[in-house]
Amino acid sequence: MINKDATGHVSGRSVYLDDIPVLKNTLFGSVIGSPSAHGRITHIDTSKAMELPGVVRVFTSKDIPGKNDIGGIIPDETLFAHDEVHYRSQPVALVVATDEMTARKASGLVSVKVSEMGIVTDPRVAKEKGHLLIPSRTFRMGDIQNAWKECDHIFEGRVDSGAQEHLYLETQGAYAIPDGEGGMKIHTSTQGPTLVQKIAARVLGVPMNIVEVDVTRLGGAFGGKEDQATGVAVMAALASYLLNSPVKIVLQRGDDIRMTGKRHPYSADFRIGLTADLKIKAYQAILYQNGGAAADLSPAIMERTLFHSTNAYYIPNTEVTVHSCRTNLPPNTAFRGFGAPQGMFVVESAIARAAMGLNIPAYDIQKTNLLKEGDEFHYGQIAEGVNIGKCYESLEKDFRLEEIVQEIFDFNSRKTFFRKGMALMPVCFGVSFTNTSMNQARALVHIYQDGSIGISTGAVEMGQGVNTKLSQVAARIFSIDIGRIKIGTTNTARVANTSPTAASSGADLNGNALLIASGKLLDRLKKIAAEKLGCSPGDIELKDEIVHKSGIPTDLTWEELVKFAFMSRISLTENGHYATPMIWFDKRLEKGNPFAYHVYGAAIVTVTLDCLRGTYTVDKVLIMHDFGNSINPAIDLGQVEGGVMQGIGWMTMEEVLFNKEGMMLTDSLSTYKVPDIYSAPGVLICKALETNGPEQAIFKSKAVGEPPFMYGIGAFFALQNAVRAFNPKWNPDFDAPLTPEKILMRLYGR
Amino acid sequence: MMVNQSYIKSRLIYLCYMITFILNNEMVCTANPAGSSLLDFIRFDMELKGTKSGCREGDCGACTVLMGTPENGGVTYRSIVSCLTPLANVHGKHIVTIEGINTGFLTPVQKALVDNSATQCGFCTPGIVMSLSAAELSMTQTTFESLIASLSGNICRCTGYKSIERAAEEIALVIKEKDADDPVGWLVANGHLPGYFLSIAGRLEEIEKNEDEDKSFGLKTAGGTDLMVQKADEMSESVILPLQALRELNGITIMEGRCIIGASVTMSEISHSPEIRKYLPELNGFMKLIGSEQVRNMATVAGNIANASPIGDMTVMLLALGAELTIKGEERERIVPLKEFFIAYKKTDLADNEHIRNISFDIMPESALFNFEKVSRRTHLDIASVNSAMLVRMDGQRIGECHIAAGGVSPVPLCLDRTCEFLRGKEVTSETILQTVAIMKEEISPISDVRGSAEYKTLLLRQLIIAHFLKLFPGRLNLSPEMI
Repeated sequence: MINKDATGHVSGRSVYLDDIPVLKNTLFGSVIGSPSAHGRITHIDTSKAMELPGVVRVFTSKDIPGKNDIGGIIPDETLFAHDEVHYRSQPVALVVATDEMTARKASGLVSVKVSEMGIVTDPRVAKEKGHLLIPSRTFRMGDIQNAWKECDHIFEGRVDSGAQEHLYLETQGAYAIPDGEGGMKIHTSTQGPTLVQKIAARVLGVPMNIVEVDVTRLGGAFGGKEDQATGVAVMAALASYLLNSPVKIVLQRGDDIRMTGKRHPYSADFRIGLTADLKIKAYQAILYQNGGAAADLSPAIMERTLFHSTNAYYIPNTEVTVHSCRTNLPPNTAFRGFGAPQGMFVVESAIARAAMGLNIPAYDIQKTNLLKEGDEFHYGQIAEGVNIGKCYESLEKDFRLEEIVQEIFDFNSRKTFFRKGMALMPVCFGVSFTNTSMNQARALVHIYQDGSIGISTGAVEMGQGVNTKLSQVAARIFSIDIGRIKIGTTNTARVANTSPTAASSGADLNGNALLIASGKLLDRLKKIAAEKLGCSPGDIELKDEIVHKSGIPTDLTWEELVKFAFMSRISLTENGHYATPMIWFDKRLEKGNPFAYHVYGAAIVTVTLDCLRGTYTVDKVLIMHDFGNSINPAIDLGQVEGGVMQGIGWMTMEEVLFNKEGMMLTDSLSTYKVPDIYSAPGVLICKALETNGPEQAIFKSKAVGEPPFMYGIGAFFALQNAVRAFNPKWNPDFDAPLTPEKILMRLYGR
Repeated sequence: MMVNQSYIKSRLIYLCYMITFILNNEMVCTANPAGSSLLDFIRFDMELKGTKSGCREGDCGACTVLMGTPENGGVTYRSIVSCLTPLANVHGKHIVTIEGINTGFLTPVQKALVDNSATQCGFCTPGIVMSLSAAELSMTQTTFESLIASLSGNICRCTGYKSIERAAEEIALVIKEKDADDPVGWLVANGHLPGYFLSIAGRLEEIEKNEDEDKSFGLKTAGGTDLMVQKADEMSESVILPLQALRELNGITIMEGRCIIGASVTMSEISHSPEIRKYLPELNGFMKLIGSEQVRNMATVAGNIANASPIGDMTVMLLALGAELTIKGEERERIVPLKEFFIAYKKTDLADNEHIRNISFDIMPESALFNFEKVSRRTHLDIASVNSAMLVRMDGQRIGECHIAAGGVSPVPLCLDRTCEFLRGKEVTSETILQTVAIMKEEISPISDVRGSAEYKTLLLRQLIIAHFLKLFPGRLNLSPEMI
């Protein structure tokens, strides 16, 4: 089943935020950011901007009728900086003008004076100074202190991973339109329509029912539009509310990169202990999460780092601590993987370090310690449906691991200035929001008189194909042609109190809610069909648009059945509510059963390094992935391929750079490089592990958005192995991303 | 409603300078500022929303459109990024947006993308369709490789590109039979393009040319690809004189042993020039490392020089080739050696009223060897951390004439004169090369910036010089990793 949106995309007809036709009296906003990374605002001079013809008004924190607070989890973030600024480009004011160009010019004429205060960008320094966003948390299992005594080998090290810019191709934007009746509709590019609604109401000082948020689709998000889309949307809402006029804001790329948070950089120290037979007996890690200037989603991301800090391994004695550190950078935020990649990178580094120390391949240690059925995770959940061992076996067998190892060895013995390297990367990723209360969703289904179906859920389409999967769910339940189904925009007036579309859970949560609503309607339709055909509802089945009675097709078609039901005054509208069963987590004990299920998979990554120039290519990514019983293999493969590429980007070329003043140096596409078509792996093969899939997944089709991202981590270790093959004198470090610069310095470093 | 006075004023000035072109199937005429972007015209004035705005610096390709230029009685189509295209440069051209490709059913390009799930969020997709369509429209055979090359300037953040590759494989199959002498005719006949394309050549002839230099005024602009990034807002309200309109600045000529490149010659024209292929065959392979397909279709060699970036790829190659510039002011023309043109960081010997007319250099004798090296964070469509070009002529077993230029290691593109002087008369041995790189270090003054640390750039230039010799003298050097 091809993505339903594909035809619109290839013909340029799909509508994104910036394509919505604007009303004639629409005003345009441009955001003014702080010129300094930390300090007290002494003066905001808007007079020059106001002199510019076309400028309508400049808004600052003083104009906010409600609360100046857009914090999602913790109320620690302002819409407009009030007295102090905490990061460079933090929004301070908004210029509104009659056209975009004038607004942009005027924003350059607003002068913001700041008396500078000291800045911190390093999370370790922040921790030392006691600058934490929330109290630190530790997950424990076993007896770490005594476990060290049982270890034959102990290794320690430091690990750093960098920030990553989402670089959704569509920048943040919003268009707020007053309805003339005291209400307002906000069109915006957000993963969390309810969050925008809630925060807009809070900032405007109005009840939530005044604000309607509508989302058609996003031009990419990857987590970057979960919390971070709220600011721009609320600014548009504020200006629109106070001017009683439609107001549109679309960020220019530079502003978008400078003002919004990234994937959290992490710094970590690890200690790993193994027995002589390569069993990991003990693992201890302290991670410093660089949260930026406000909490945003950092507490939840920190939690997922803790959950995934031992990746796909069973380590009986584990102690992992994360400090969420407040720094003078933009508030860092959700990004595909949500803290899990950073946590996994540390444990994989620890294993790599141990492997180097023992002069064995890392996969020997990986393989020895893979999770088994019934093992306990360090957060208390018992592992069920564990597939990681099978994935490893398949890698060895189906992809001929030994041959690959031999080929690389031969190549490296033959070449002077080229080296190949390879690494294996296992992944175990828990599916559910770790905040249990968010694991709920609703779906609204209307069957219209003509047999067509309109569906609304809380899921936001951002390219992941959730609308297609939802259509498949309804088409399968009613056994009708998928062309009869239209998924409406994501709209808070139709479906309320939604969780953001995130945590790979969009299809699971909303699909299950849709399943419930559709099931209720189906029961009703069967009942009325049974009445008409004079049998019991249990004898009725809908099959390929025909009502079947005791397995035999009748003359009653889907369209006739719907018409008959309507004439019989049967409700053809239904709501479904779904809450993931059996999940819980006790934060006091840091134990529980937080995930509905886990996704497993493993990949081989091979690279070739040009040791003269320090440049490289990713040759092969060979994946064995557990999709469960995929509802849409084409869409799921797309998620794997896209995720892997982003993961490789994070580990190789994507580098966010700040200077000492907290100014972002990589605020454009000419300085921040993401993979292009020539950076794609030469070969990418993804095989589906044959499994049944868990009940909690929609039609047993496992969530797929985030887990494949982490296969990209393999690229780091493959490159590291290639560097070591060229320069045995190098004492390896774990500092991602491995850019061509870092590679060359290491190839010739001593 | 308040009215923007300067806007009205600019409109009045431009009434005397109308820009006329065919947009999809419609002749359009606009008085918008000549320096304003084609992208804004398409999206805001014409309300064609299929062309997306992603970065406004030519680095994402979401705004890719086709530009058809009347050539040799037909129309030649190339992909361009509309964000960096000043309106002035489309006068007399055919501009095609995604809406102008749609035929009522899916074209084979569109169908291949759909069938292979090569679109996810879809924001980059119109640009990808346009780039692939440009590859179909090329005057040479369209292959899998040329389809992929056409996407060198298109970023997709969702798919990871493998599905796009699969779509390209499919397109390559259906376009095998293309008539490269008449791509438009073949593509229309086979449902790849709507039928109106056949009428374009004739309709373009009706547009009066703006090529009278004396009557025009404003900032003289070639491709505009740097100016549209660096001075975007200023350009959008500016009068510009498009150098492309001036016939005498077009074209590459070979005269009396010299190659002369007009100021409006684009990077792509160099790539495809039979003269360059004949006299400097090495160059073509290196051109792929400059910008993207779209940018090469717009950016000029003269612009690369006038921009005075210390890291300009073409500049570095031309320095090694010993190029000279012909510069024209109001009164007279003068000739300046390229190596004397750069005075300081981003400062050149070009006066306000002057512009570059052409670039010329002696054709390399057949015995000469030429190489270009570039390392950037990403191999394609990226600015170099360090680049270097070397021209060398052997005098028997010894090095005769030798020119090495390097970018990214000083405030201006640099000729490594002392290094070259040392090399003259030497045999190509490992020892010589190692001594050479030691001298090189004394000549450069790299700074640490977003392209890399000074330490890295120093090491990298050493590597690139070694790479020059390894590539140009294969088997001659016995360099092992331990030695360097």
